[in-house]
Amino acid sequence: MALHAPPKLERYADVPYEEKERLFQEVKSDPRFPDYLYGCYECGICVAACPSARFYDFSPRKIAQTLAREDVELFYYQLNEDIWNCSQCFSCNRCPRQNSPGGLITIMREVAVRNGLRSAKEALEGYSRVIYKIMVTGTQVSPDMIQADAFPDWGPVAKETADNLELWRKALPPETMHTTTTAWEVSEQTLTELYLIWHMTGVMDMIKEVDEGLHMILMDVMEELLEEKGYALAE
Amino acid sequence: MHGDGKQAEGIPRKERVFQRDPDLPLPEDIRERVFELEEEGEWIVQRVPEPYVEVPTKYGRPKKVPLQHTWHHKSCGQCGHIPGYSTAIFWLHRKLGLAYDDPKDQTSCTGWNYYASATSNAAAQAAVAVRNFAAAYATGFFPLIHCGTSYGHYKEVREELVKHAELRRQVREILAKLGKPLVMPEEIVHYSEWVYAVRHEIAARRIYDCSAITVTVHPACHYYKLVQGDAIYDPDIYGGQRTAVVTAVATALGAQVKDYSTWFDCCGFGFRHILVQRDFTRSFAVGRKIETMIEEAKPDVVLTHDTGCVTTLDKSQFAAQVHNRKVGVPVMSEAQFAALAMGAHPYRVCQLHWHAADYRPLLEKMGIDWREKWQEFEEDLERIRRGEKEYLTWEDVEAEIPARHFLQVS
Repeated sequence: MALHAPPKLERYADVPYEEKERLFQEVKSDPRFPDYLYGCYECGICVAACPSARFYDFSPRKIAQTLAREDVELFYYQLNEDIWNCSQCFSCNRCPRQNSPGGLITIMREVAVRNGLRSAKEALEGYSRVIYKIMVTGTQVSPDMIQADAFPDWGPVAKETADNLELWRKALPPETMHTTTTAWEVSEQTLTELYLIWHMTGVMDMIKEVDEGLHMILMDVMEELLEEKGYALAE
Repeated sequence: MHGDGKQAEGIPRKERVFQRDPDLPLPEDIRERVFELEEEGEWIVQRVPEPYVEVPTKYGRPKKVPLQHTWHHKSCGQCGHIPGYSTAIFWLHRKLGLAYDDPKDQTSCTGWNYYASATSNAAAQAAVAVRNFAAAYATGFFPLIHCGTSYGHYKEVREELVKHAELRRQVREILAKLGKPLVMPEEIVHYSEWVYAVRHEIAARRIYDCSAITVTVHPACHYYKLVQGDAIYDPDIYGGQRTAVVTAVATALGAQVKDYSTWFDCCGFGFRHILVQRDFTRSFAVGRKIETMIEEAKPDVVLTHDTGCVTTLDKSQFAAQVHNRKVGVPVMSEAQFAALAMGAHPYRVCQLHWHAADYRPLLEKMGIDWREKWQEFEEDLERIRRGEKEYLTWEDVEAEIPARHFLQVS
């Protein structure tokens, strides 16, 4: 494992402390926070279990410690530099104190997205088509995403799949799986309900903060179906 | 690998058998609170239908696993990228004559996107979950979750809804606007728990000899590391010290399950990483899992029970060949392996042509003539190309289920 250099907190010296404190309080006030942090005695079991700790300058222990000590400066640094390295595998849930550093990171990521942090936007570059897919179609990945130029590292099977996609999908016994643009056939009523959930829970506002262009496209697609089904979105 | 340089041999067995202290109170069981909330008028609890099997979980609580009348909550990554996985789960039900529903009124759990990008929040995730539960409830069939991520995520959502009244209120209001009641299933059941429950029925229908097949098992993080008490632990499998699913059915089929030193490690999927930062995923998958399995156990196949794990371990091997890494072991779900052992077509049912790592040596070792099977499948494809048939059907794969048992509800 590489030696870990001390965090360069000076990188964020120009961000007002009040802003860092506000974001920290937003994390701490999440209803799930008390379920995820009871107190850390630095045993490092989480680090030993963590896949990301083996390849990144990343430590779930430091996440838990920073929040437990309420070190706002270090928290802001981690919010920008560390949280997107986490694999969200929750191997760290083997914590003997029953902390969940992975869960704390989930909350921190939501706060980063909701506040449109540049680091969040950068982390999600190249990922927008997946957000589009799940928001609009009701399934997160689809057969037509397997293309040789998108997954060259998956080997010749990627090209072979893409070349034969429509035919291979027809050669599937389950009736719901003859699709290529979605993982399975999702009914229109189901999609309508999903769109309403995204709007009613503030998810569309979150997406607007990280990708305005994607937000515009999503709104256009969703509004069309919702209007057809008789739902008017509040301005 | 042990410190003395010797290779690990088979599943660890201890002479001492772990016995629970009968006087020690069991940890709190969330299902008690689930039922209390129903009595308080907070939601409807959908009961597990009979017949069901009771299975042992980590802290000793029995868990009910329904055998049939299940509403199959499908997996995006399975249906989209490894469709033989979903198909094999359905085929096993059909072969055992057990009724199920394959709905169109189902959204993704959206967990992959949530864990990858956090472009969602607790309320949205909970609302998506309970919308799907309400859809299942309306059919009278009980949700059976195909994906390990969905399963772990829904266990988390259940915890949050039980603990936070405000969240319950919020999702209840959302569902009311959708014309749906707030429903919580009595149990959240993963398909691999169903496979565990019917493993002896599966083994009784085995056609191919698996005794020469060496298996390594990769357990999915989101199956047993999230809400840890709600996972199957069986005193007869690993002495109750590791989760029993996958290993149990492989053992029942007569395969040799071998241990390796990184059993508890994640596969390296990473949710976001597998899509846009794959250097991490394949480095971890190959370096910590595949190479270790090959070096210590020399498996003929790696079995797992989650979408992300199959995808990661199967698809990460190709690029590693450039660096002369020791790779080249097929990866599939235990459902596909069980189906193969029972005589399922490797292409019509298990759809192995979607997999990256070479599975042909495994089929040969099992006595399955893959050339002949591929020829049959190519003939199917040709019939579809010529327009003689529109799709491959269940009748084509000879997995009959009495018509009165099969319910297709949109």
